[in-house]
Amino acid sequence: MCLAVPGKVVEIIGDDPLLRSAKVSFAGVVKLVSLTCTPEAKLGDFVLVHVGVAISTVDPKEAEETFRYLKEMGELDGIDLAPVNPAAP
Amino acid sequence: MKYVDEYRDAALVHQLAAAIARVTTRPWTIMEICGGQTHAIVKFGLDELLPKNITLVHGPGCPVCVTSAELIDQAVDLALKHGAILCSFGDMLRVPGNGIDLLTAKARGADVRIVYSPLDAVTIALENPAKQVVFFAVGFETTAPANAMSVLRAEREKVKNFSILTSHVLVPPAMRAILGSPDNRVQGFLAAGHVCTIMGTSEYGPIAREFKAPIIITGFEPVDILEGILLCVKQLESGRAEVENAYSRAVRTEGNVHARKIVEQVFEVCDRDWRGIGVIPQSGLAVRPAYAHYDANQCFLLPHTNGSACTECISGEIMRGVKKPHDCPAFGKRCTPEQPLGAPMVSSEGACAAYYRYRSRAVESAAV
Repeated sequence: MCLAVPGKVVEIIGDDPLLRSAKVSFAGVVKLVSLTCTPEAKLGDFVLVHVGVAISTVDPKEAEETFRYLKEMGELDGIDLAPVNPAAP
Repeated sequence: MKYVDEYRDAALVHQLAAAIARVTTRPWTIMEICGGQTHAIVKFGLDELLPKNITLVHGPGCPVCVTSAELIDQAVDLALKHGAILCSFGDMLRVPGNGIDLLTAKARGADVRIVYSPLDAVTIALENPAKQVVFFAVGFETTAPANAMSVLRAEREKVKNFSILTSHVLVPPAMRAILGSPDNRVQGFLAAGHVCTIMGTSEYGPIAREFKAPIIITGFEPVDILEGILLCVKQLESGRAEVENAYSRAVRTEGNVHARKIVEQVFEVCDRDWRGIGVIPQSGLAVRPAYAHYDANQCFLLPHTNGSACTECISGEIMRGVKKPHDCPAFGKRCTPEQPLGAPMVSSEGACAAYYRYRSRAVESAAV
């Protein structure tokens, strides 16, 4: 129910705060999503979408930080972490 | 899919599980609040990767599961007797009320429609000006902005034939109720990540301190969940009880201020009856009087029914972490997804449905 799926903003439509929307691509499947709660979202950003509403932009630095933190804790010695590329689709 | 695949990396998952085993010296019971996390834990078998002295119990974070039978009865009444177009998330249709469920109402000719978003229900109202359209607004804090937006959109579009039947619930009061219960066995929490995306982290510090229970804000993918468990066990082992954010790519300390503003504009805090648990004070959201004309409970005369719907269902004990689905004698026998006795067997995020789908064989072999 609280499922939210990350998708990439590929087109922004409108500028009225209550009606501002975006076309968001979920690995190629594009849906219309409200940006009312995420006015900071811009083209190319990843947003977390829940029941048709973007509830957050995904912070790419924090996403990388998670993997860095895990590695620094020494818990993941010997693991070859996949690189996190914020620009990837 | 970006921000999903890298958090399902099998090598990372096993390494995190090994790290949890290294730091665990005593038995601990940890509750994940959110049904989405429960589903991921059971689907990916994450609990089976943990040391035997770590017990995960499954919390009440499934809005479909905690919506009262009375509200189901009211939704059925709206669709059948008042002739409204009743729009709902799909999971709600098979939840038993005190009478029939919404799917049966639909079979009897009621106009019950599944929508993806509450905003779709406003569109249906615009397209059907001669009919009343009611959206069954269930959900936790995560869904409250979208449900509030449906009211604001209806107001903006001057839609007069739209209202919402509200069954909103809030996480922090439920955590307090669980921790304060005499039979509580929860020692630490994985807090629901997307609830915190909206509300931020400030509500959890007082709970962690008062009940001496670590609270880790946790995401939904396997790496997220195991990282949450690792941080929780580390705190428990060292006697700390703090709030930590293990989902910082989606959760800011202050939450989403734009979303919170919309929620506060439309809703106010109220007492709420949680199915299987009972009334928890100040644990729900109701439509503010200023928006009463969008509140189905104000627009229609709705029945007030009492009753526990099914006395055999132990969902309340499961959602408080006291029991697990396979402790229920009806599980998989008299209660199945096809013929559910209780809501957690209906919802895709209900603990019973997750165990039935992914653990039936294990339960059968254990019973032999």
